[in-house]
Amino acid sequence: MEYLLLFVSASLVNNFILSRFLGICPFMGVSRTLDTAMGMSFAVAFVMTVSAAVTWVINAFVLVPFELVYLQTIVFILVIASLVQFVEMVIEKSSPELYAALGIFLPLITTNCAILGAVLINVQQDFGFIKMLVFTLGSSVGYGIALVLFAGLRERVAFSNVPTSFKGAPVAFVTAGILALAFMGFSGLVK
Amino acid sequence: MNIKNFTDGLIKNNAVFKQMLGLCPALAVTTTMLNGIAMGLATTAVLAGSNVVISALKSVIPNKVRIPAYIVVIATLVTMVDLLMNAYLHDLHKVLGLFIPLIVVNCIVLGRAESFASKNGIFASLLDGLGNGIGFTLGLAILAAVREILGSGTILGVSLSTPPIIVFILPPGAFLALGFLMAGYNRLFKGEI
Repeated sequence: MEYLLLFVSASLVNNFILSRFLGICPFMGVSRTLDTAMGMSFAVAFVMTVSAAVTWVINAFVLVPFELVYLQTIVFILVIASLVQFVEMVIEKSSPELYAALGIFLPLITTNCAILGAVLINVQQDFGFIKMLVFTLGSSVGYGIALVLFAGLRERVAFSNVPTSFKGAPVAFVTAGILALAFMGFSGLVK
Repeated sequence: MNIKNFTDGLIKNNAVFKQMLGLCPALAVTTTMLNGIAMGLATTAVLAGSNVVISALKSVIPNKVRIPAYIVVIATLVTMVDLLMNAYLHDLHKVLGLFIPLIVVNCIVLGRAESFASKNGIFASLLDGLGNGIGFTLGLAILAAVREILGSGTILGVSLSTPPIIVFILPPGAFLALGFLMAGYNRLFKGEI
């Protein structure tokens, strides 16, 4: 039950994009069509879960025992960067179609603050290994939900008549604001 | 010539409104104007520092591993700012929280390192870093001012005795305010850019 609550809280109530403001750049960048949004959500979910697990182990068995906690930011970002590089090489070898579809977004996951954000929140909250996994999975599912919903909205907005000054990014932000308002309906679901 | 490096980043290529970089902290910490300015200045310090260091090291860093090398430089500077703020501005550090270490993945910092500092001299890179950083601070300050005035009816903590519209200090208000400000920016500078 505790894990279920944590999952709901991470995915819906404290949604990474719409209430914590993490990972906004790809949220705006890849949400023009549903396909890229889906691909991006899966790539982020994978990198986020694996890097959270790896950094948890490094933090618990290397950084804390050797009193190197102040190196957290540097170590974590290096782990994430090398993991992204590794994932890129694996996908390129195993499925060239997916690699071509994700294109530039794959290396850019390194600078997606949702990943480093999730890793840092895990450390700050002192989660155990299972709790950490549940939280990270919940967060990445929430990230995917928000990204796919928003891409669907933007596909509609693209066909509507928008005032000149609002074309492009401004109307996307207003749309995101309304989506965030809708997500506020989840607050109070979990304490 | 040199002064252009500085002024370009202020308005014409403003990080928040034009380049749309570093939006996560821009949306997250702008509930009050003080927080917005503090976040902007922390980012400016990292940006100017990393531009100078990377520009000085540009002939030493091999081209193939430049991005990881840049990230290490940036992460080092961010850790320094993080520890300094924790020591001397502890209350502010607590409010900005997660977003101080997240300066590492702020696209502006890596973006300027890759597109400017890796090709230009130290002094020009310093000016470019300062200009972009102050432009970012300006963007944050404007967004934060709008949200603080509308959302809590205060400015820099001083009460304006206007009724607060709570939604503007909540997450949806951040998106709405930024959307409308961007539209205003497009309207003002259309054709000049």
